[in-house]
Amino acid sequence: MVLLQLALKNIMGAKLRTWLNIFVLAMSFILIVWGKAIVVGMGDQIIDAMKDVELGYGGQLWHPDYDEEDPLTINDAHGSIPDELVPGIEAGQIVPILMATGNIYPEGKVRSVLIRGISPDQQILDLPSSVLKDRKGVDYPALIGKRMARKNNLAVGDMVTVRWRDTNGVFDAREVEIVHIMNTVVYTVDVGQIWFPLETLQKMLVMPNEATIIALGKDTGIAGDLTGWTYKSLDDLLANVLELLRMKNGGGNIMYGIMFSIALLAIFDTQVLSIFRRKKEIGTLMALGLTRNKVIGLFTLEGSLHGALAFILGGILGFPFFRYFAVKGYAMPIEGDEYGFALGNVIYAKYGADLLIGTTLLLMATVVLVSYLPTRRISKMTPTNALRGR
Amino acid sequence: MENGTLVKTKGLTKSYPIGGEHFLALKGVDLEINKGDFTGLVGPSGSGKTTLLNILGVLDNPTDGEVEVLGEDVKKIKAVAAARLRSKMLGFIFQTYNLLPVYTVFENVEFPLLILNGWSAAKRKEAVMQALEWVGLTDKVKNRPAQLSGGESQRVAVARAMVKKPQLILADEPTANLDAENSLNILETMQSLNKDLGTTFLFATHDEKVIGFLKRKVTLIDGLIAADEAGAAA
Repeated sequence: MVLLQLALKNIMGAKLRTWLNIFVLAMSFILIVWGKAIVVGMGDQIIDAMKDVELGYGGQLWHPDYDEEDPLTINDAHGSIPDELVPGIEAGQIVPILMATGNIYPEGKVRSVLIRGISPDQQILDLPSSVLKDRKGVDYPALIGKRMARKNNLAVGDMVTVRWRDTNGVFDAREVEIVHIMNTVVYTVDVGQIWFPLETLQKMLVMPNEATIIALGKDTGIAGDLTGWTYKSLDDLLANVLELLRMKNGGGNIMYGIMFSIALLAIFDTQVLSIFRRKKEIGTLMALGLTRNKVIGLFTLEGSLHGALAFILGGILGFPFFRYFAVKGYAMPIEGDEYGFALGNVIYAKYGADLLIGTTLLLMATVVLVSYLPTRRISKMTPTNALRGR
Repeated sequence: MENGTLVKTKGLTKSYPIGGEHFLALKGVDLEINKGDFTGLVGPSGSGKTTLLNILGVLDNPTDGEVEVLGEDVKKIKAVAAARLRSKMLGFIFQTYNLLPVYTVFENVEFPLLILNGWSAAKRKEAVMQALEWVGLTDKVKNRPAQLSGGESQRVAVARAMVKKPQLILADEPTANLDAENSLNILETMQSLNKDLGTTFLFATHDEKVIGFLKRKVTLIDGLIAADEAGAAA
């Protein structure tokens, strides 16, 4: 208690030097928490968006030949939808998707596309598939995303030629009508994709009752392979994205490390200077009866108090800042898909207990360590030399 | 150690490494300090006064010889026990006062009691105010060292050394930074504490004003006791 009181008085006595250190440390704390919260928010947003729009919440069944990384396999990766899934499909909780490669010819140019068929009645994916339902007078209603529309200069009501090869290897082509342009943050269901009603595509490809993948709703009870279909859990489906996020997070950590190091350097510098300038005081404290370890404890405590005060100041200054970005979000300077992620234009910071506690503990532990390291000099001082200021 | 003897040295030597050589600061000092003494170690600069005082204050170790301070063998004493001895039994007064700059006068004087533990706030306050009364500074309790004159600072240092009523006070050139009036004031204060409370004082000094107050004068020259005689105030 005596040491704490003395340490507090000492650091308050250093006035501007103390407050500058605390301010720099508090700013680092705020920026690190904010930066990490943005990354956490971004990651959660990406994953939620992918689950909502592309993956579903119960995993997927894939045709064994389907390899999302290899477009050349897609045309051969299709199989009959298992009968046991029919009730779920009819309830809209299981969504078969058929895929094939093809081309479109907007404004006379040729573009490669992935043609997808989805049931207009599906309930689990946040895609406006219902727009494909019962289009009177439209034989081939097509749904595309805003990026696809922008890139190919397509608008609702436009007709565009689609060419594909059916299961027998026969090429065919039709004029299709763009019936809707969807606005989605998930670029993988948008860029280079054109969506048709499942039955229409099954007919086009001559693949009746077939699919390439089957997205599962939350409560389908399916958690393993079915005959001719391989089960992919959400963890499997998100593995690449999580890895990518981890890499991006790692890059961010280097930045935080540099920022934090600068703040810690200020404390280290203060400690070194303090020990150098206060040798006579150290000698006096020893003469008055403090052991060397207690003097080391006092100086370590002084340095550590910077961390504690920085945490308090960071909390006070940071709270409105943190709240603003949690509620209003951070507007991305460029469109999210430039990052290769399913990002929106606004990212909402997400402050979990693990982030706050983890960052605080990291801050405190490193501040204590940085405060302690220079005090090892004290252990080499004799009281008489310290009293002489040597 | 005989009853009434607080400090006893026999053949005390102290050497320091300087460059590749060893400088012998004390060359075999035999000395006894008894309870109630008001003794001065006098001699020119470099004669070993401060070195001897530091060893007797258990701030430094002897190189050779025997040293007993308040019943403790200084050669064998561990760091924690030495710190305990200093905090309980010894008081220090330094030439440059060495007050803690962030503390008020009251807090500076209170500090040795806080280290000791076991003193209630009320008891501490009583002891501090008494010590400040001895040195005539009860009106400066809230001042900080930077707001005090040299004489006042040294009086605070005396109060700090006295507050726990130690058996022995070691004062290293306590008047060297003070003018004649303040020196006299400090010396009279210490003399009356010696008389009234029986506190033992040991000075390292070459200040003639201090020498005039001593009951006993031990002259050190080149690390050896050249004379041990009664002082002017004996």
